[in-house]
Amino acid sequence: MSETIVIAETKQGMLHPVTAELVTAASALGAAPTLIVPGTDDSAAAAAADLAGVGRVIACVGDCFSAYDASSWAKAVDACAPAGIVVCAASQNGKDLASRLAARRSISVVQDVVAIDGTTLTQPIYAGKAMQNITLNGDAVISIRANTFAAAGGGGGAEVSVMNQSADIATAVREMIAKASERLDVAEADIIISGGRGMQDPANFVTLERIADTLGAAVGASRAAVDTWDEIPHSMQVGQTGKTVNPSLYIAVGISGAIQHLAGMRTSKYIVAINKDAEAPIFKHADYGIVSTWEEALPILESELKALLG
Amino acid sequence: MPDIAVLIKRVPDTNAQIRVSGDRVDLSNIKWVMSPYDEYALEAAMMHKEAKGGNVTAITLGAPECDKVLKDAKAIGVDRIIRVWEDSWSELDSNQTQIALASAVQETSADIVYCGKSAADTGAASTGPGVAERLGWASASNIIGLGFEDSGIEVIIPAASGNARTGVSLPAVISCDKGFCKPRKPNVKGIMMAKKAQVEIHAADIPASGINIVSHTPPPQKAPGQTFDGAANVPTVVTALRNDANVI
Repeated sequence: MSETIVIAETKQGMLHPVTAELVTAASALGAAPTLIVPGTDDSAAAAAADLAGVGRVIACVGDCFSAYDASSWAKAVDACAPAGIVVCAASQNGKDLASRLAARRSISVVQDVVAIDGTTLTQPIYAGKAMQNITLNGDAVISIRANTFAAAGGGGGAEVSVMNQSADIATAVREMIAKASERLDVAEADIIISGGRGMQDPANFVTLERIADTLGAAVGASRAAVDTWDEIPHSMQVGQTGKTVNPSLYIAVGISGAIQHLAGMRTSKYIVAINKDAEAPIFKHADYGIVSTWEEALPILESELKALLG
Repeated sequence: MPDIAVLIKRVPDTNAQIRVSGDRVDLSNIKWVMSPYDEYALEAAMMHKEAKGGNVTAITLGAPECDKVLKDAKAIGVDRIIRVWEDSWSELDSNQTQIALASAVQETSADIVYCGKSAADTGAASTGPGVAERLGWASASNIIGLGFEDSGIEVIIPAASGNARTGVSLPAVISCDKGFCKPRKPNVKGIMMAKKAQVEIHAADIPASGINIVSHTPPPQKAPGQTFDGAANVPTVVTALRNDANVI
């Protein structure tokens, strides 16, 4: 069996819950994984050591980890990680780090793995319009999509060691600009309500926002909406040229269901579609379809959800 | 004065249906285009040239049919077009691709490389940072803002806690998201010039592939859902989401 190494995903110095899913994926590829925890100190290492099935924990400690910088992170993590199959999260920074680590070691990187069956890894291609099944010819770096592997439980007791690293940063954050809205990002949300051009006017997205607030959801948009209205930023776009999302619930309102949109949200656990056109392709992919205008359906949806969730 | 390179890729149009035939995707009868994010990278490269001078070289990797995207870049106004390929190559893995592209970048003496944040076919987002690592350069990925300075560039990178206004010194590889610029369209003169332009061919030594592609398969299909006629059914759906699906 290959040696496997998990690079922990962290968020503001804390262990991100997806790390527990990475441990499960790594365990499917080889022996009990070594878990590398990057950080400016070793404070996240204890939570990492508690994950069941982890062989050992290495806290990779360095000043470079105060903000994401690809080249110094890759250098420091590479120095701490033994040879083997390296597993990262398929997050924005996780995929970036995976690429640099693999290049540093002159091995392949396999991104967005959604299934592991024996030695076969499965990843979506063409934004999920097809799946690619591959095997590895040796060591590689792979990234794992969130919400596709069960999370490892707690109660582990892996030994923690600390490796101090110093690496010069190549990019320097000058200022953090607060986001225009405090609204949840679609890439992070477990529930998403998205609007398309069928919303008729960007001002009508406030209806979606009110429902999102009730649900604790993010507001998304189709490419047609983003391209048509300047008020709808690209950061909201779900689809092949926007964000690929994998929430528990995706509510599509006034979205016809173009292939490019479906590619970004088809793996959502439950899909609800509201569209006035009964022939809209989105209904073929919806668990629950409602043929109705948004003007009629959304007020009822809002009052029902408010009654249910307060 | 910087020398600028931009990496572009020919991919199926994002509106194309992708079918699996046998154990491989069937890409016959498909419309091919420049990968959408690469259009923003190309625009960024042209903006950089206009702000600071220098030459822009567009580089692609692929068989002769990929000349089309290079000619499209030429029509926009790039100075050189290079296609990286050897006839013996077929499905290259990330390691082979990055080694070949890094070798072509070195050939141009570029000190800044722009690319799309991911290609529309693989969606991997590996090439930009991977090429940067091989060149020993800085990289910044998924940028949504770009400004030019005397000794480098300033980019805006989305992060969990906000957007990071970040200084990057050169040499560097920058992967571009959509939204910070509007890709220009070619004019008639550009299109005529592009027709006559010569594509330079670059060969590279690459190692064996680190992966075997076993098969392509269609995505898993969901069971058919229920469709209700009229807004009066909204409460039924809300109840189902609560009691059957357990998602609210």
